[in-house]
Formats: sequence, C-alpha cells, structure tokens
Amino acid sequence: MTNYVIEVEGVSKSYGGVIANKSVSMKVPDGKITGLIGPNGSGKTTLFNSIVGYHPIDEGSIKFKGKEISDLRVPQIARLGLLRTFQQTRIYGNMNCIDNMLISVPHRKMGFADMFGEREGKETMEEVERLLDFVGLYEKRKLRSGDLSFGQQKLLEFAMALMNKPEVLLLDEPTAGINPTLINGLIDRLRRANEEFGITLFVIEHNMRVIMNMAESIYCLAHGEMLAHGSPDEIQNDQRVIDAYLGAH
Amino acid sequence: MNSNFSMKLHLPILVFGLAAPFIFPGLQYQIATLWVMVLFALTWDVMGGQMGYNSLGNIFFFGVGMYASAVIQIAQFADVGAFTAARGAVVIEYTDAQYYQGLVLGILASGFVAAATAFALGWTVFGLRGPYFAIGTLGMALAAGELMGTWEWVGGGGGIGMPVFPGSAEAKGLTFYFLTFAAAIVTFVVLQWIYKTRFGLAINAIRDDEEKAEAMGIHTLRYKSVAWAISAFFLGISGALFGNIVGFVEPLEVAFPTVTFGIFMVAMTLLGGKGTLWGPVLGAILFHVIKEATWTYFLGWQWVALGVLIIINVVFFQQGIMGWLMEKYPEKFGIIVEDKGAAK
Repeated sequence: MTNYVIEVEGVSKSYGGVIANKSVSMKVPDGKITGLIGPNGSGKTTLFNSIVGYHPIDEGSIKFKGKEISDLRVPQIARLGLLRTFQQTRIYGNMNCIDNMLISVPHRKMGFADMFGEREGKETMEEVERLLDFVGLYEKRKLRSGDLSFGQQKLLEFAMALMNKPEVLLLDEPTAGINPTLINGLIDRLRRANEEFGITLFVIEHNMRVIMNMAESIYCLAHGEMLAHGSPDEIQNDQRVIDAYLGAH
Repeated sequence: MNSNFSMKLHLPILVFGLAAPFIFPGLQYQIATLWVMVLFALTWDVMGGQMGYNSLGNIFFFGVGMYASAVIQIAQFADVGAFTAARGAVVIEYTDAQYYQGLVLGILASGFVAAATAFALGWTVFGLRGPYFAIGTLGMALAAGELMGTWEWVGGGGGIGMPVFPGSAEAKGLTFYFLTFAAAIVTFVVLQWIYKTRFGLAINAIRDDEEKAEAMGIHTLRYKSVAWAISAFFLGISGALFGNIVGFVEPLEVAFPTVTFGIFMVAMTLLGGKGTLWGPVLGAILFHVIKEATWTYFLGWQWVALGVLIIINVVFFQQGIMGWLMEKYPEKFGIIVEDKGAAK
C-alpha cells in the first residue's frame, strides 16, 4: 500500500475575486518524486504556498503524514520536516556560503538555550563541507553568497534545504534560469537527494524534459483546477493537458 | 572579523580607558559619555545592523532603565514622591551602605526592567517591518517621554532628584567613569560572544531574508524578541548610570532624548559600519570626538558640522568605515576563493 506524506483535499484559495485554486485534491507518495505542471497562472505556486502555510486557505484540508497542517504557520510546518524552496531564489545574501549552510540546520528540537548554542561543531562543519561539495560550491564557500551567480545561488539554496534534513522538499522551478549544462547536473543531484537521502520531492517545473525524466507521477493544474494526474507518459498523451498548454481553453 | 585586527584594538582601548581619567582629569565627564555612546552604538547595531530592524526608538529603554533605577534607589529607604521637584525635591540623607545598596540594585534592576519591557513589546511591535518598524519605535520613544511627564508619582514633567553620592565630587566622577567604562566593555564582550553563537547567524539570516528564515523553520519571533531584550538590557543599565551622573531625572531632555542621543546612536553606527562588531565602536569614538570638538571650537556651527558628517557618511560611505574597509580589502576579512588543497 502506498504511503502518502502530503494529502490535499478540496483546497480552495482566492485572492479577492481571483480564484487561484478551486477544490484541488492531490497526494504526494512517500519517498517518490512527484511533479506539478501547468501553464503560467494556473495556481501551482498558490498550491505550494497553501501547503507550507504561507497563507490561510479558504476551504479544504491539508495533511502532512496524517496530521492536519492547514492551521499551522510557516516556521511550524518547516520544523515538521516539510520544506520549500522559492521560485525567486532566496538565500541570505550578505552572509558567506558556510554561514548560509550553518544556520540551515534543522530547528525542530531547538529550545531556548539552543539559541546561544555552538554554531560550527565538527560534525556540522563536515556536513556543510560535504553538501557544498555535493553542489559544487566548496571553493566559493567563503564568498558572500549574494555575489554568486544566479545558478550558483540556486544550488546553494538547494544545499541549504538538504542541510535542513527535510522529509519532504517542495521545489518551485528548480531549473528556471539555469543554463542547460548545469540543468543535467542539477537533475542528477535532485535524484540522488531522493535516492540517497530518502527525501520525498514535490516539484513545480516548466521544463518538460526535466519533469518527464524525473517524476514518477505528475499532476497538471489549469485555471486553478486539477486537470489531470498520471504517469509522465499518460500526461504527455493527455489531450486535455496538451489543450491547456496550447491554449484551447 | 579578522582576529588579529581585533586584538590590535583591544589593548589600546583598554589601556586608554583605564588611564584616561588620570591623564585627562578635565575630560573625565566627556570620556565617560564616550563610553555611553559606544554602548549606544553597540546596542543599536544588534537591531539595526545585525538584524536589519532599524529602531529609531531604542532610547526608550535608556529612559526606562533610568526611571527604574531612580525609583528603586529611592524607594528602598524613602517615599519616591518626596524626591520629586513638585514636592520640593527633599534631599534625604542616606548612609553609605544604603546608597551603595540602592545603586547596585538599581543598576541591575534597570537592565532587567528594560529587557522585560523590550521582550513584552516585541510581541506586538515586531508585527511591523521596515520603515513601519522605524516609525513605530520612534513613536514609542516620543510617547514615553510625554507620558512620563504626566506621571506625578515620579515627578511628572518636573523630574525627580537622585540620591546624592556620599563622597567628594572627584570620587563620584571616578566611580561613575569606571562604571560606564565597565558597562561598555561588558556590552562589547557579551555581543562579541553572542555573535559567534547560533544567535548571531540567526539574526543575520533574519536581516538578509526574514521570509526565507521562517521558511527554514527558524524561530524568528523568539530571536527577534531576545535580540531586542539584550539590546534593551544594556541600554537600561546605561540609563541608570547616566541618571546617576546627571543627578536629576527628567522625561524629555534626560531620560528620553530622542532627537539627540536617540538619533546619535543611529548616526554613530552608520558612520562606523553597521552589522560589524567594531564599526559601532569606531563610529561612536569618531562621532563623539568630532561632536565635542565642534561644540568646543565652532560653537554655533556644531549642528551644521554633524549634519555635514552624516551627509558625507550616507553619500560616500554608505557601508561606514568597516564596510568600506571590507569592500576594499576583502581578503583581510577572510572573503576568498579557496580550493580543497589550500584548506589543508
């Protein structure tokens, strides 16, 4: 039997008069890579934001490992092990790469006294160097992260997410703005994060080649509603999906 | 921060601080004020520089500490109301033991009262971000001055006299000189330590991108409240010391001088370089020396001189002295590309 880590049931969200998500239901299976596609403005990022608690939802239910999380706030959900990256890459630009990584340790069990805890224990530092090496930023670890190129910042953000040891990682367009050669490296690293570290991935992606290669199942949103769900093959051959992208709606 | 650089500054400042009242007895009060300024800049930088919350009302905690110490120093042995100017500012004779007991308790309590106030306020005020936080805190400090002016028990607008130091004027001067020097040193050492712990990283992360910090699960409100409480703790203590030095606590000019000290702490930090450990210290020293020099030699033009200094600072050296140095000599601050071979 498949175990689902995220279960979204009938979620709606509107901004003023604009309905961004209309009764959306979907499930993310544990340990797998799941994709989320849809034309611009179809409500993908809104759905992500709803899941991670960025804004309250109008109706419906969102469960993480069977627990209702739709009434929790962003940091609380992050501490449960459900983490997201941003479409516009977000890192701590005035800090160097090492510091960016050091503060990304899991905050799950941090009490009051841990605020003044040691920040660079030997094990933590080894983990930082290993992960920076993993994304290819080891040499630049002492540079201001804001001075890195966009692609490198994206890799750093990914390494920071891994440092947090999440159970589920929601990636909002991980390959956007990255050059094609780097994309292959990134896909490889995302797969390894899934296989070696056992992190469940839920990925929004516009690059069809990437998502069709990576994901085991794909959801397609259009006009805020769930249009289709299936394996990459099924999605590619689904007439509704093709129409949505080509604008037959 | 480069540790060599730090060490080179520690010793001269320590030696100067210890010897100054004997070498320059005439400048004792000015140098004591300098240490208060250093403390101001350091505590402002916790919020404005390290955490990115530009508080224009941090002087509020200076005043809170000052009033807390006044009340505690007096109330232990006398009726607070009797000390107020409105009731004739009765001078009550304290024994030496009573005075010092009151002083020690007053100084300690001023820190804790100010910190508790900051912690409690944080839960509401941190709903404001960016310029709204700056204006909100400014309003807080201005309102506090006006409100204290209406509280008769602590003397209202007329103010309240502090217990008189049981000794010569020289002894008083030296006692409070060394207390302010110690307060500045302790503030520096404590901040240097917390910046090296996880706390330093967390408030830097909040400065760079608070939304990201939240999304990574950092307890942002907790860090912000504690940062403000730490800042307020030392400001409260400086308020207690300053109140005792002046000897008379009055709401608008002495306890909540928002447009002078309240703004100086921002200007000094910006001058030295916000978000660095040494920037506020250097900024405070430079600012205070220029301020005192212009007050003495160009009286009448002193505000113009300070204005010019601030303009030069924000137009040409936005990152302050330390920020400018870091930009010019990044390798001195450890900002380098380093491959694996070089690391070993």
